[in-house]
Amino acid sequence: MAVDVRAGQARGGVVGQVLGTIGRSRELTLVALMIVLALAVTTQAPQFLSESNLTQVTTLAAIIAIASVGEALVIITKNVDLSVESMVGLVAFVVADILRQHMLPMPAAWVAGALIGLALGMVNGTIIGFFRVPSIVATLGTLSIFRGLVFFIAGGKQMDLADLPPGYSDPASQTVLGIPMFVIVGFVVVVIVATVMRYTRFGRRTYAVGSNVEAATILGVRSRLHVFAALSICGLLAGVAGVLWGMEFGTIYATSASGISLQIIAGAVVGGVSIAGGTGTVVGAALGALFLALVNNALLVLLLPQELLQAVYGLVILVAVSADAVIQRRQQRRATREYSL
Amino acid sequence: MSAQGLPGAAPTIDQDGPATSRIGVGRRLAGLMRWEVLLLGILVALILVGTSLSKVFLSGANFANLTSAIGEVAIMALPMTLIIITGEIDLSVESMAGLAGAVLGWLWAAGVPLQIGIPMVLCVGIMGGLLNGLLVSRAALPSLVVTLGTLALFRGLANVVLGPRAISDFPSWFTGFGFGNVPGTSIPWTLAVFAVLAIVFVAVTHRTWLGRWVFATGKNKDASRYSGIRVDRVKLVLFAISGLIAALAGVLLAARFSSARADNGTGLTLTVVTIVVLGGVDINGGKGTIIGVILAAAVLAVLQSALRLSGISSEYQGVAVGLLLIVSVIAPQIARQTRTLLVRAAMGRHSPAGPNAPGEVVGR
Repeated sequence: MAVDVRAGQARGGVVGQVLGTIGRSRELTLVALMIVLALAVTTQAPQFLSESNLTQVTTLAAIIAIASVGEALVIITKNVDLSVESMVGLVAFVVADILRQHMLPMPAAWVAGALIGLALGMVNGTIIGFFRVPSIVATLGTLSIFRGLVFFIAGGKQMDLADLPPGYSDPASQTVLGIPMFVIVGFVVVVIVATVMRYTRFGRRTYAVGSNVEAATILGVRSRLHVFAALSICGLLAGVAGVLWGMEFGTIYATSASGISLQIIAGAVVGGVSIAGGTGTVVGAALGALFLALVNNALLVLLLPQELLQAVYGLVILVAVSADAVIQRRQQRRATREYSL
Repeated sequence: MSAQGLPGAAPTIDQDGPATSRIGVGRRLAGLMRWEVLLLGILVALILVGTSLSKVFLSGANFANLTSAIGEVAIMALPMTLIIITGEIDLSVESMAGLAGAVLGWLWAAGVPLQIGIPMVLCVGIMGGLLNGLLVSRAALPSLVVTLGTLALFRGLANVVLGPRAISDFPSWFTGFGFGNVPGTSIPWTLAVFAVLAIVFVAVTHRTWLGRWVFATGKNKDASRYSGIRVDRVKLVLFAISGLIAALAGVLLAARFSSARADNGTGLTLTVVTIVVLGGVDINGGKGTIIGVILAAAVLAVLQSALRLSGISSEYQGVAVGLLLIVSVIAPQIARQTRTLLVRAAMGRHSPAGPNAPGEVVGR
């Protein structure tokens, strides 16, 4: 947003210049699109901007956004994690099971959930980083293995809210100064990871590994360790998302969170994280997830058939990736022109 | 390229252009043959285990059962193999299968006879595949993301076309394709379709210039383009074929379920990719054989059947398949690393660089 204002002040606030600035930054594009979308939908269905609706959308979006941030880290290293949905489902179920059997007090169970996610992520990280199995293959495998683990633990049962300690799902509806608790958690996660990625050596090296793994290795970056770390952090964040997922839905099945990998990866991709590795920001990924959630909600509020949702998701992904390519090519052309002058 | 396509050579030899073969052809051939042989070994072992588990394992009914359950997936694995060999991937096949079934059901419900409906549905498949192919080849977008998008898009269109309805009043000759056998034999129709397609794919992939173009594209896109291969055209055609075959699989699915629903085929892409990778196809492109993929499909079918007969529910079967997938990639890796270590130990510090060392090609 700050950049937006600066561009406006700089040279007489030419509309084209502002639009250019917005167009070049995926984060600003998404914010602008979300504002336009919100205004357009509100004219048709005023309840879109109601407090209860916004709370509902942003709470769910925050869970997906946290997972998308982890996925973004993995995609930045030029890998992909298809197993996130199984990790979210596994952690949600296990945390509920721990609480049902009163094995741990509530905050300890939350931490345990996040740590289980970390452990699962480290399994992925070991297979991909150290055994050098291509990430699509490895996480395709762990996608079924982790899901099988949930079935094993569940043994045909499901977790009902009634079996869980009172107050289990309260955080999902709590707010601080009118802001939903989960949104604050999501915000904190995004700020921490974004800071690490932008201002630390670890972050810069992770980008380096993603854009050119050979060059990074020659320059002394321990590439495999960075890939391992990215997948581990992705697991950790999937664990956090899983803990929140359980609270949000209350009733948890062995199949919970099946199919959300699409949304999570789409969030990162729509947020400008390139599948080719080395570019994109976690802020973008989080905004991408929020944007998809808003689109989803807009269809709902406008009483459009829910059948359209997946088709719209698909189109959004295709438009986003096409826009990426167009912008990239234009920048390349401009760069070539500048060099030749 | 033609030097290696000599008639007497084993089929696997075609997978590498001579320009890129840094290791001796014989050794490479041996290395590749070993994977298929290993799969064959696993297959035989699984059949033995299955037979010891239950007497019905080798019965005709169980054979029909296990082949029809994997039939559509195995069919979709054939074009997927070629796409993965070119270094791309098509995640949208399961949705195309769903869309094909949905459109077929919608046409049938609207009174269009199946003889016209099925060709129309196959055209839908080609168009969907062309959309993927154009975005990947002409617009040069990453196929993982493009087909992730069309995975959602095609499924969404299936939902729009059919909604929550299920069309199930298909004529019996049509559903017979899903259940029945080829008249006079005990070969299920799905297996017959797969066998015909498999023969065509083996022949084209390992015996023609088209197949060599596919391998060359996956090995080195730029070098292929400079040597006159129309890389974009290869990819476009492969995606179109993938769409066509996925639509065919969708038709077969609708026949086997005797119902067309918008969610037909959900989740099949994972199994398709699993079969291809288990078949020894390099997910990074350039390497693989159709024979390996056929064997992998057989291994998976037998494994699932054996697990089912020993009373393990389908939810846990995913674990076995997932483990098999990961182990199948890690095991050769560990074997290779151990071999390299042994070679190094034997030869001292002046060991040859690893097979992937980029300097080697330049040096020669």
